[in-house]
Amino acid sequence: MNPWNHDVAKDEKDLVDVQVDGVWMQMPRGLNVVEVAHRAQKFIPHYCYHPKLSVVGNCRMCLFEMGTPKMGPDRKPVLGADGKPEIAWMPRPQIGCATNITPGMGIRTDSALVKDCRNGVMEFLLINHPLDCPICDQAGECKLQEYSVEYGTGASRFVENKVKKPKNVDLGERIVLDDERCILCSRCIRFSSEVMKDDVLGFVNRGSHSTLTAYPGKSFDNAYSLNTADICPVGALTSKDFRFQMRVWFLKETKSLCASCGTGCNVTIGSREGKVHRLTPRENEAVNSQWMCDFGRLNFHYLESKDRLHRPLLRAAGEQFPGTWADAIQRSVDGLKKVKPEEIAVVASSRLTLEELFVLKRLLAELGVNRVDTVPNPGQADNFLRSGDGNPNSRGTELLGLSSGGRKLGSWGTEIESGKIKALFVLGGEDLIASGLPASTLAKLDLLIASGILTNETTRLAHVVLPGAAFAEKTGSMVNVHGRLQRMTRAIAAPGEAREEWTILRDLRMALTGGNSFHSVEDVWKSMAAEVSQLSGLNWARIGDLGIQIESVAQAAGVKAG
Amino acid sequence: MAISQYRLVFKHIDSPGYTRDIACYQKHGGYEMLKKGLAMGPAGIRDEVKKSQLRGRGGAGFPTGTKWSFIDPAKVTKPIYLICNADESEPGTFKDRQIIYKDPHQLIEGMILSCFANGVKLAYLYIRCEFTEGWKILETALAEAKAAGFLGKNILKSGYDLEIYVHRGAGAYICGEETGLIESLEGKRAYPRIKPPYFPAVLGLYMCPTIVNNVETLCNVKHIVEMGGDAYAKIGRPNNTGTRLLCVSGDVVRPGYYEFPCGALTLGQLIYDVCGGIRNGRKLKAVIPGGSSAKVLRAGETYKMKAKDIHGNMVDRDVKLEDLPMDFDSLAAAGSMAGSGGVIVMDDTRDMVECLANISTFYAHESCGQCTPCREGVLWLKKILARIADGHGKDEDPTLLKDVADRIAGRTICAFGEAASWPVQSFLGKFKEEFQLRIRRNGTAAKTDTVSLTH
Amino acid sequence: MSIPLHAGTENCVGPEKGEITPAFEKQSDELVSRYPVSKRSAVLPLLHLWQETFGYIGPRGVEWIAKKLSLQEIQVLELVTFYPWFRQKPYGKFHFRVCRTLPCALGGAGKTFAALQKLMNLKSDGHEGAMVSEDGRFSLEYSECLASCGTAPVVLRNDEFYEKVDEKRASDLVTGCR
Repeated sequence: MNPWNHDVAKDEKDLVDVQVDGVWMQMPRGLNVVEVAHRAQKFIPHYCYHPKLSVVGNCRMCLFEMGTPKMGPDRKPVLGADGKPEIAWMPRPQIGCATNITPGMGIRTDSALVKDCRNGVMEFLLINHPLDCPICDQAGECKLQEYSVEYGTGASRFVENKVKKPKNVDLGERIVLDDERCILCSRCIRFSSEVMKDDVLGFVNRGSHSTLTAYPGKSFDNAYSLNTADICPVGALTSKDFRFQMRVWFLKETKSLCASCGTGCNVTIGSREGKVHRLTPRENEAVNSQWMCDFGRLNFHYLESKDRLHRPLLRAAGEQFPGTWADAIQRSVDGLKKVKPEEIAVVASSRLTLEELFVLKRLLAELGVNRVDTVPNPGQADNFLRSGDGNPNSRGTELLGLSSGGRKLGSWGTEIESGKIKALFVLGGEDLIASGLPASTLAKLDLLIASGILTNETTRLAHVVLPGAAFAEKTGSMVNVHGRLQRMTRAIAAPGEAREEWTILRDLRMALTGGNSFHSVEDVWKSMAAEVSQLSGLNWARIGDLGIQIESVAQAAGVKAG
Repeated sequence: MAISQYRLVFKHIDSPGYTRDIACYQKHGGYEMLKKGLAMGPAGIRDEVKKSQLRGRGGAGFPTGTKWSFIDPAKVTKPIYLICNADESEPGTFKDRQIIYKDPHQLIEGMILSCFANGVKLAYLYIRCEFTEGWKILETALAEAKAAGFLGKNILKSGYDLEIYVHRGAGAYICGEETGLIESLEGKRAYPRIKPPYFPAVLGLYMCPTIVNNVETLCNVKHIVEMGGDAYAKIGRPNNTGTRLLCVSGDVVRPGYYEFPCGALTLGQLIYDVCGGIRNGRKLKAVIPGGSSAKVLRAGETYKMKAKDIHGNMVDRDVKLEDLPMDFDSLAAAGSMAGSGGVIVMDDTRDMVECLANISTFYAHESCGQCTPCREGVLWLKKILARIADGHGKDEDPTLLKDVADRIAGRTICAFGEAASWPVQSFLGKFKEEFQLRIRRNGTAAKTDTVSLTH
Repeated sequence: MSIPLHAGTENCVGPEKGEITPAFEKQSDELVSRYPVSKRSAVLPLLHLWQETFGYIGPRGVEWIAKKLSLQEIQVLELVTFYPWFRQKPYGKFHFRVCRTLPCALGGAGKTFAALQKLMNLKSDGHEGAMVSEDGRFSLEYSECLASCGTAPVVLRNDEFYEKVDEKRASDLVTGCR
């Protein structure tokens, strides 16, 4: 996926000796000095360098002192008292990003010269930079601000007029540019050009007047444009969606997943006081590297939609009224008990977590219900991260045998019409009417139970509506289209009385079959791991923050194709 | 004129009746060396160039034979390119202009020989666009050479093919830097490349091995083929072989371009004997010996230099400014450089603050803006100097200027950082009292006729 | 191989107008053919050709060249704005460039510039781009080193190069414009 990946060693076992700040150590051959220092817990600050982009070496922040083994007259390295090679230090500092380690290399990351280099670069970057941190969205995660504290002097010697550049430039639908804040690192240009193959950004003018711009009349709004706001080390590129909303240091960060398609990009949810403010990609080389699409990133505002289901609803006299959870569960149980198991059909949902699906699977097994399927949700695939599967957990429903990819669904309409299906349980906010089932057909059902997040045509017809939790509001796991098992973690609580669906299903199951209670979602996992062979031996700790491959990518692709 | 010139590259320049067409060139033996070179074979030419100890005439003085030896045509599988750097843009330098306008075939012959020596099949002649007639002259000369069978397919039935095209720059000094030039030739902003990994010999034009040589350097190749490397190396001084084109400008009686064996004359001889001394009976104050980025030398200075005594031992010797030999090593030992051969002379009426402000304006205008210290620092230097020149200097300014310059030099992608810093460091170091005086006299600085310098 | 020499800037006033003639296309193709490895290399030559033909490089030129070379417009604009020789607005029928670098400055380029400015009746100081006379007849700007330091101060009038241009000579150059 990425031609660079400077942070990934070609061979972790092919090691060379290097000396970092006086300490000899072994590091993988071919890594650059910034990465080596990072691994040695010696941070080398940098702006233009990004491990996933080409190296341009323009910011000069990663200058370090470099040495090579001193050679004796016999052309062999001169050894010191410690038996290690003596190092001849070069007078001229080198850039860490473009210097790959070689055997016996000496690296100084904190010498007086290095400090002076960094201090100099900081001073240079700040002389023409506006002092608008109090109103800058980047404040708190601005590398200029951070490094200024770490490597700057605190006072400016610059008394001349600053260079004037355009401010508040509308680059496209989602991005705003402040050219005076831009430090010309070119990360955004390289991302667009190298990762997106979309050459729309560039520098115009020259020298100190160099200015980032899109070609006049063209907008920068490719499907991944917001990644540039992430990699912009300063507040030059900001997201229109996020700007002026919240100071970043107030945000609680939760490691989770994007649920907008089958890729399952790893994300960090930034939330505060029960409100999600942003999603940002979280690095996972096996899934999304450091990127995510703009659609997925911004697809969280529905959490606060006015159509959000906050309380259980019960239908009476042709209208839906709010009710308690106890009433809603009881009404569902009563309705389901009135019909035979073979008269029950269940629309599971590939938007649910494995844990939620597993409780459902238990329930259906205990009830003897076999008629279960999911609604396919074809998405807009691109050649990058977006998957053609609009559901985040289709592989999960298949793994638990709860999906036939929608093939069964086709006959359910006539079966409802003919009275073969009398009760329908629709989970995960699936909207059967939107999928083509006439409302008049659904109206024939004795019982329609719908769980979901937002009101839709199906929930409007339901006898019982069970308000569920959205991706940011629940903890669980999913399997992406490439067969990778990954964890999502609750960042905020579901609004009102809405609940994570596993608890709804658990309560329903207890009332219906008296099935053993699950006290926590971990309990569900344990039972599931014991039962599902692909998950055997796995626990959440082993899945980790980056997930774990449970099927080969080819296998996953094969299943999908089949 | 006490010292006579040794005209090798400039042999025909300005000689009466000499014209730039191919007929005239051939009448004077033109393209005979191409025949000789084709017979010598690529390795033969490379050997002679190596033996000649020719050093690049663009500014850095890097040995040409060594530069060529980084590429082994026998081992390289990619195409090899050669680019003639005719972007002559170092202030004070105007030698390439003479060759291009007055003897273009000499350059073309030298270029064809160099291409042949290095297995080059496609070469470009990067010429600055300010030579508004120069590029047309070269186009014509190339067409003549092609028509005569010296270029194109199967040159002189040797089986060797070569195309040379003229490529015009567009007013950017940074294109003189070889990797900036390559980027420019690739149709990009002339941002110099980071080295490593983009050494032209490995990853040059179109990421292929590339040789970039100056106009004067390529002309010399022709003469090396003619006289042989050993004979060439006898001209000049050890490690400073051949002739040097010197361009003298500023406050001398006879500014102009001259050719001497490298190091054969001293700076004093150049200024006083060759150029007739300082204009209007004034006295020498300062001289920049190798293009505007070279460190300034101050009249009355002496330099410690190594020299052999009568017993052949190396000893330190004090050398006066006037006695400095005009060669690479001597000028380097004096803390400056021979650079591009552009000698700028300033008389005792010149205000050093304004001269430096002028130079810094040039560099601020020409910084490509790619890397931080140069982009931000060089404009800062200019702004401070303009402010001092305008009479608003502050006591801390000299220290600040030096600090800023020190933090640019050695920390940038290309040598432009040094080029912009050295003048500041050297002017401040050598004329400190003038800066202090200007600052102290705030606003009441005597405005001389050099006032225009700060523009 | 010789290509027809382009007209100077005398026809170059006005809004980047003019027909793209078959001859222009042919010249462009010839220039592109000089770069068999990468068409992108032909951006500078085409920008020169466009400017010499149409007077300056506006959006029409940028877009035409981008299309010709299969580039994005920004890749062309990046160059137009980087290289000072290129202009995005029309200059005067007679455009003067006065070298301001040290040797020319020592030779009195400032006086030459001031004389020209007065003769052309131009306002402003000329340090930020070119000044153009109201009637569009003259324009004037400082230029960096023109590489003829031994004959300072030097001036380019359109494509014509003049040496040792003192105030008297400057006056001749202006009156000599027809």
